[in-house]
Amino acid sequence: MTKTLFDKVWDSHVVDTIQNGPQVLYIDKHLIHEVTSPQAFKELEERGIPIMRPNQIVATTDHNTPTINQHLPIKDALSRNQIKQLKVNCKKNGITLYNLGHKYNGIVHVIAPELGITQPGMTIVCGDSHTSTHGAFGSIAFGIGTSQVAQVFASQCLLLTKPKSLRVTINGKLKNGVLPKDVILYIISKLGTNSGTGYFCEYAGEVFENMSMEGRMTICNMSIEMGARGGMIAPDQTTFEYIKGREFAPANDVFHERVNHWKTLRTDEGALFDKEYEFDAADIEPMLTYGTNPGMGIKISEKIPEDTNESAIKSLEYMGFQQGERLIDKPINYVFIGSCTNSRIEDFRIVADFIKGKQKAKNVTAWLVPGSKQVESQIIDEGLIDIFENAGFELRQPGCSACLAMNDDKIPSGEYCVSTSNRNFEGRQGQGSRTILASPLMAAATAVAGKIVDYTKHLN
Amino acid sequence: MQKFTTIISSAVLLVNENIDTDQIIPARFLKATNRDGFGVNLFRDWKFEKSGEVNKDFPLNNPIYSGSILVAGNNFGCGSSREHAAWALSDYGFKVIVSSYFADIFKGNALNNGLLPVQVSEVFLKNLFDGIKQNPKLEIVVNLETQIISIKNSSVSEIFEIDPYKKTCLINGYDDIDFLVASKNKIEVFEALYRL
Repeated sequence: MTKTLFDKVWDSHVVDTIQNGPQVLYIDKHLIHEVTSPQAFKELEERGIPIMRPNQIVATTDHNTPTINQHLPIKDALSRNQIKQLKVNCKKNGITLYNLGHKYNGIVHVIAPELGITQPGMTIVCGDSHTSTHGAFGSIAFGIGTSQVAQVFASQCLLLTKPKSLRVTINGKLKNGVLPKDVILYIISKLGTNSGTGYFCEYAGEVFENMSMEGRMTICNMSIEMGARGGMIAPDQTTFEYIKGREFAPANDVFHERVNHWKTLRTDEGALFDKEYEFDAADIEPMLTYGTNPGMGIKISEKIPEDTNESAIKSLEYMGFQQGERLIDKPINYVFIGSCTNSRIEDFRIVADFIKGKQKAKNVTAWLVPGSKQVESQIIDEGLIDIFENAGFELRQPGCSACLAMNDDKIPSGEYCVSTSNRNFEGRQGQGSRTILASPLMAAATAVAGKIVDYTKHLN
Repeated sequence: MQKFTTIISSAVLLVNENIDTDQIIPARFLKATNRDGFGVNLFRDWKFEKSGEVNKDFPLNNPIYSGSILVAGNNFGCGSSREHAAWALSDYGFKVIVSSYFADIFKGNALNNGLLPVQVSEVFLKNLFDGIKQNPKLEIVVNLETQIISIKNSSVSEIFEIDPYKKTCLINGYDDIDFLVASKNKIEVFEALYRL
């Protein structure tokens, strides 16, 4: 029988099937952070249930952490307490924690791949919807709620109904200046925010085959923004080379043995999907969102569409935009380059390459927030930091930062922010803030111009 | 978990589509380490104006709406996986959320907390919207046993789907941990044979 990549990984993790009910799915890696884990630890403690496999759990602090002066105590008492609680819980249960200050600290979806924890064929969960990121390696990775965090603590398993399958195929060559972020914003703008609900999505075709691992992670990261629980890309030579030599990656003979197995993790010829979509790479342009969900996106050359839907009208009202207008030349005062979507070294190289020799516009506050301590070190070692400083950009310390307004990094009410993060919901970056999602290149170009520009006209 | 019984109640109406979990409970209120007390910040930034004034137009502030059922627009609960959204809705007093579509993670979180997501057709949802707008005291009956949602004293009703396992859990007040812990032997056998 032919199988999809998703079928192969899912089926190999099924422990048991309940008649007329869900399946018991085995979880290889459980990633945790300070926000969605404390209640799960508490629940197990109250019920007297031990954590079944502490060595399959990795913890980090990222959502609450400040991105300046990380050596000082955290000012906000509640944030400080939540982080302290994680430290206590990890120590008590023998769980590895890369806390603030540790050389491996960073955003959970940046550190696990860069440490070689994320590997093809695995099942990976985390109490965070952007866990879909790890699907870039051909793993089944998805976000879970805190009750499910407790279930994995207790049993290293989850009770789940197998999702349906969806494939998005894009062949052809991307235009100059079109980045992976544009590809995923394009897909979501075409399919809508709930097209993937109930599905796991495989991305296939030349565009993804030719993409770096960083780019693939950006794609899979935002699968949840079209409602899909997760996204996947078949592992290939690019994947194996990325993993090789990383801290927790298998080494030597074991690595080669694993690669042989990983090579089998591909959708069989003729395997059927419940839904299929196909797009042409040549149709994709740099993208921007204009509304308050990630599906409300347009190409740089397009106008905001006419829409009489009550929710769409409310959304434009919030954003201060009109139907039929363009976003080009809109003045922007804030630019945020970071988040689990776009805070990997490749993102900062692209930004540095673009702004080298240029200056940030005076009206703009431009924050660059690396996804991890390791990315931060790379920025310094590769000399990118000098380019950023000379251009007037502010390099901050790693964390989720201005993606979700949970720490001190917030966009003021009423202000627009061109952001490389993943959600443009009302108030996502701070009460009353207005988010325009875009790629790192669009964000860099905006910071330089002080307004939205079609940077493709100035590319070599 | 509390056992779920039939709910008969008037409803609060929120016609917006794509209500995301950041609206249900903004991130700045996720800093607690327990599950209680989130209800006070439910829809915080919609309940209050930027100035801090109460937004009188928001349905949860409008005294004509009351009850333990929330009727909301398409694609409710999208976005972040925060279970705090389900906790906030429960803590506020809701027992049932009705919409024409639910985001996956929210739906799972709700079920794990005894909060019933009832997915209805667009047509039925519109009937509810119109009915409640006309008469905010309109009572809705949600019978989990028969899987029927209806408008009381009317012929308007619809069957809703629910996973049979989850239905049993809700009716009996079981949760998944009980089941999984009881499966420990099977899980250990799987681990012994399993090779990544």
